[in-house]
Amino acid sequence: MMRYFLTRLAGAIPTLLIIVSATFFLMHAAPGGPFDQEQSLPPEILANLQRAYGLDQPIWTQYVRYLGSLLHGDFGPSFKYQDFTVTELIAQGFPVTLELGVIAMSLAVLLGVPLGVLAALRHNRPADYAAMSLAVAGIAIPSFVVLPFLGLVFGIRLHWLPVAGWEPDSLRYLLLPVVTLALPPLAYIARMTRGSLLEVLGSDYIRTARAKGLPLHVIVMRHALRPALMPVASYLVPAVASIMTGSLVVESIAGLPGIGRYLVQGALNRDYTLVLGMVIIYSTLLIGMGLIVDVFYGWLDPRVRQR
Amino acid sequence: MRGLRRNRVALAALAIMIVVALFSGVGPWLNPNAADTLDWAHVAASPGFEHAHWWGTDRLGRDLFVRTLEGTRVSLAIGLLATLISVGVGISYGAIAGYVGGRTDHVMMRVIEILSGLPLIFFVIFLTVIFGRGPALLFLTIGAVGWLSMARIVRGQALSIRQREYIEAAIALGAGSGRIIVKHVVPNLIGPVIVYATLTVPQIILFESFLSFLGLGIQEPRVSLGTLIAAGAGEMEAAPWILLIPGGMLALLLLCLNIFGDGLRDALDVKER
Repeated sequence: MMRYFLTRLAGAIPTLLIIVSATFFLMHAAPGGPFDQEQSLPPEILANLQRAYGLDQPIWTQYVRYLGSLLHGDFGPSFKYQDFTVTELIAQGFPVTLELGVIAMSLAVLLGVPLGVLAALRHNRPADYAAMSLAVAGIAIPSFVVLPFLGLVFGIRLHWLPVAGWEPDSLRYLLLPVVTLALPPLAYIARMTRGSLLEVLGSDYIRTARAKGLPLHVIVMRHALRPALMPVASYLVPAVASIMTGSLVVESIAGLPGIGRYLVQGALNRDYTLVLGMVIIYSTLLIGMGLIVDVFYGWLDPRVRQR
Repeated sequence: MRGLRRNRVALAALAIMIVVALFSGVGPWLNPNAADTLDWAHVAASPGFEHAHWWGTDRLGRDLFVRTLEGTRVSLAIGLLATLISVGVGISYGAIAGYVGGRTDHVMMRVIEILSGLPLIFFVIFLTVIFGRGPALLFLTIGAVGWLSMARIVRGQALSIRQREYIEAAIALGAGSGRIIVKHVVPNLIGPVIVYATLTVPQIILFESFLSFLGLGIQEPRVSLGTLIAAGAGEMEAAPWILLIPGGMLALLLLCLNIFGDGLRDALDVKER
């Protein structure tokens, strides 16, 4: 298992390198540069700026330099937020985004799986229909409709929760964004759990367990749930991706000071280093989640461990 | 198909979808307003029948009824076109991988695996930011991203079709791989393709409105449901209908498409492999 994990870890490095390189050259190939403004700068100043940031060098030199500074854990200076390094910007915003994402993800798994189990056990009964209608709605209705709607109901009409804004260590501000973010993955997880649990419950060894007279909750908890969670586990990586994308919108609607805004803003401003830093953070998170899922897979299915 | 006919909910969803699509085409003719006319006498007017703006107006006095229907039309059109692109790419890729098999299949599937591990939305954001924000590019980028799961499904089908006798017969008669793929493999996997295409449409509509919401998709003066929702989200406190009307329309559309797609999948009993 450990060896498997280490090979996967080693395999992640070239993937990350490809992503970083592709982003680097795509960004630099784009027309426009970080110092384009409404009024164009005098050529001397522009030349000075470009020299200061190393943009006058050939692209390959810039590339090698950037990779070199990455190896030292330095994401470089931001082009647009001129008093900050990318590392500082990310260090400021990332905890908020991470908190939002981790709570949303936990909520999705901790509520999605039981909801799916409930629906499967009450197959074709009202509870099943209710759970699955909720799931379809969760999948279908986009976050940028859900969040303003929740804000309208709970913030503006009922005055229970703030519509937008942020205070450190206050869950009140996070509640609506978290619910919004968790909803689509929660719905998917509930649906997948229900589907695969139904399939497992129809298999021979479950019939044997029933024939032995085991009570239903023992059958589900001890025999059926683990194999049924396999497809759910493989969905966790796309789930993280969906929460990341969602957080771009949710952070901007709810006015949370996370890092979501830097991606689109950075790309629009041609803030090369900021965008690269964002891409590295996001890809690392995704790849890391993939590794966690692999370990989880090994726990769910002992056959995987032996390979 | 009988399974679908018995699924009342899916049929109702289909009916609602057809009505919405037709209404988005016909509706604007029923109302005297144009999508881009500013009516300064009715700025941010609430919905009602005491004036000609049945669904109210936005901050600039533009009629929401006409704009929402136009946005619906645009979103639907993008959804359908981009789905066609992703279906085309997905079928070609998946059929080749599945039929040729062996090392080719291995490499092609590995590529898909890597691609689906990437945060693709970020690349779409780059592409739209970098190469301008025209509608043509929007179709291409969205379509280019949407083909992955289609290719996977098609490959799975192609793998099993490959074992059939009629393929063997075609090989015995001297048909080349290309001809077999086009003439025998692709026509036989059309069922699952239709199912997943139906489920791709709402994903793409969602994706497009997401991009438009971020300001990267459809640009003014054109509207899509995403741009309307983005405009409405800022007016929520004073004029909630500017958000709720296009938002409700998008939610309705996506709900119906998803429910119908699910019904179709259950009826044809297709599974993702």
